[in-house]
Amino acid sequence: MSVLQALDIGLAFLVFAVAAWTIFARGAFAATVGYVVYGLLLSLVWIRLFAVDVALTEAAIGSGVTGVLLIGAAARLRGAETEDERSLTGLPRVFTAVLCVLITAALAAVVLLFPEQGPSLAPQSMQHLPETGLGNPVTAVLIAYRAFDTMLEKVVLVLAVVGVWSLAADRYWGGAPGEPRAERPEPTLAFLAQVLAPLGILVGIHIFWVGADEPGGAFQGGAILAAMWIIVMMARLTEAPSTSAFWLRLALIAGPLVFLIAGVSGAIFAGGFFAYPPGFAKPVILFIEAFMVLSIAVTLPMLVAGPPRREPKVDRSR
Amino acid sequence: MSLVDLFSIAAIGAGVFFFLAGTVGLLRFPDALSRLHALTKADNLGLGLIVLGLLPRAESPLAAFKLLAIWALVQLAGATTAQLVGRAVRRKGTAA
Amino acid sequence: MTDFLLATASAILFTVAVGLVRILGGPGDADRIMAAQLIGTGGIGSLLLIAAATGARGVEDVALGLALLAAFASAAFVNSAAPAEDSDAADGR
Repeated sequence: MSVLQALDIGLAFLVFAVAAWTIFARGAFAATVGYVVYGLLLSLVWIRLFAVDVALTEAAIGSGVTGVLLIGAAARLRGAETEDERSLTGLPRVFTAVLCVLITAALAAVVLLFPEQGPSLAPQSMQHLPETGLGNPVTAVLIAYRAFDTMLEKVVLVLAVVGVWSLAADRYWGGAPGEPRAERPEPTLAFLAQVLAPLGILVGIHIFWVGADEPGGAFQGGAILAAMWIIVMMARLTEAPSTSAFWLRLALIAGPLVFLIAGVSGAIFAGGFFAYPPGFAKPVILFIEAFMVLSIAVTLPMLVAGPPRREPKVDRSR
Repeated sequence: MSLVDLFSIAAIGAGVFFFLAGTVGLLRFPDALSRLHALTKADNLGLGLIVLGLLPRAESPLAAFKLLAIWALVQLAGATTAQLVGRAVRRKGTAA
Repeated sequence: MTDFLLATASAILFTVAVGLVRILGGPGDADRIMAAQLIGTGGIGSLLLIAAATGARGVEDVALGLALLAAFASAAFVNSAAPAEDSDAADGR
């Protein structure tokens, strides 16, 4: 057995063990920690599979932002949950376990029984890559070959924010979520936020920009920018904006809106819905991606901040 | 084996040693605060030595700079996490 | 050299695994918060070594992102488990 194989087996075993621990962990907090650890380990697995873009996304969103989302939810549920509470006992639990095992076995069988040269469109996508002007095939698939899919994903994010906001009590609708800005923020957390945020913004923009030719892209860059805003809000150096703020709502829809406009103008100027004018594809793609980054960087923190919890400030000048 | 390779091996080997030392500390230290200390100090030093060992193998000056930035960032994260967790333990006891 | 790099990556993953066993089960939430820090540091170490050994491109960016997010996750956990109270700042510290 080569060193590489031993490493792979060890890594797979560790991922499996952490996943099992997360399932059996007691209490939401412990389970969330397990989930974040599991996500970070999964990034290593993706690197081993040479899927660097997916590794970046897994680290940024799978364990970073989603982990914080879960921890916020766990904190809100803390009063209502006891350590020993189990939502499923007895027969439904056994049934769920059997179902999960069956699905896993089916997936394993499919992967193991794959023919040597599985059906794949990878050669064709690489062949047409120069026409899009991009160097990263993943970005080409996301924004060029399957752009419609990606646009709908951004719409789903907007719907998620609407869903979260609709959880607010009637009197809070239009107000701001989260804690108000602190008079004297906790010094250590404030220090972390103040040093991390500028670096994070730089890294986020870099990863977005570099995504055209190297692993990276709009989603990953946007997630890192989102994480930086979230940490500044956590340190209470700033407060979440009011949900009725016009700039906020515009930023949320900017991504899918620009995407849609690009697709429709493709139908007018380039001969097909979501077709890009030849030779001009890369600037259009980067333009769309820039607005996607904006939307993602605004959407994810709004999801984490949660529904509005303060009454909207009434504008008395009207 | 060239001198550069030997340097890499020495630095990375020392890095792994410090990682092991950190984990031994995690296992053996009696309370949360000393475990925290073992984790954030020893592991960070181990990572720094690994970065040092990988620097000569970097593909470009930008890649080398990124390696150093990664280490600086982890140092920052380790130091602040230690402070934050320490403060939480002090305020709420080890059952934080 | 490649084998050495992979062996050291495995060694680090092993120390992370052993550390996780100890602190994920550890009494109290303070230990569990440290798990994010442990996997962040150890994970980045293994990541850099594996990338150097297998020649994957663009991995420094993943490590940068991981470093940022490990700090972020740890801060979020601490903030949730023991939220900062204003009376703390009034301690005179």
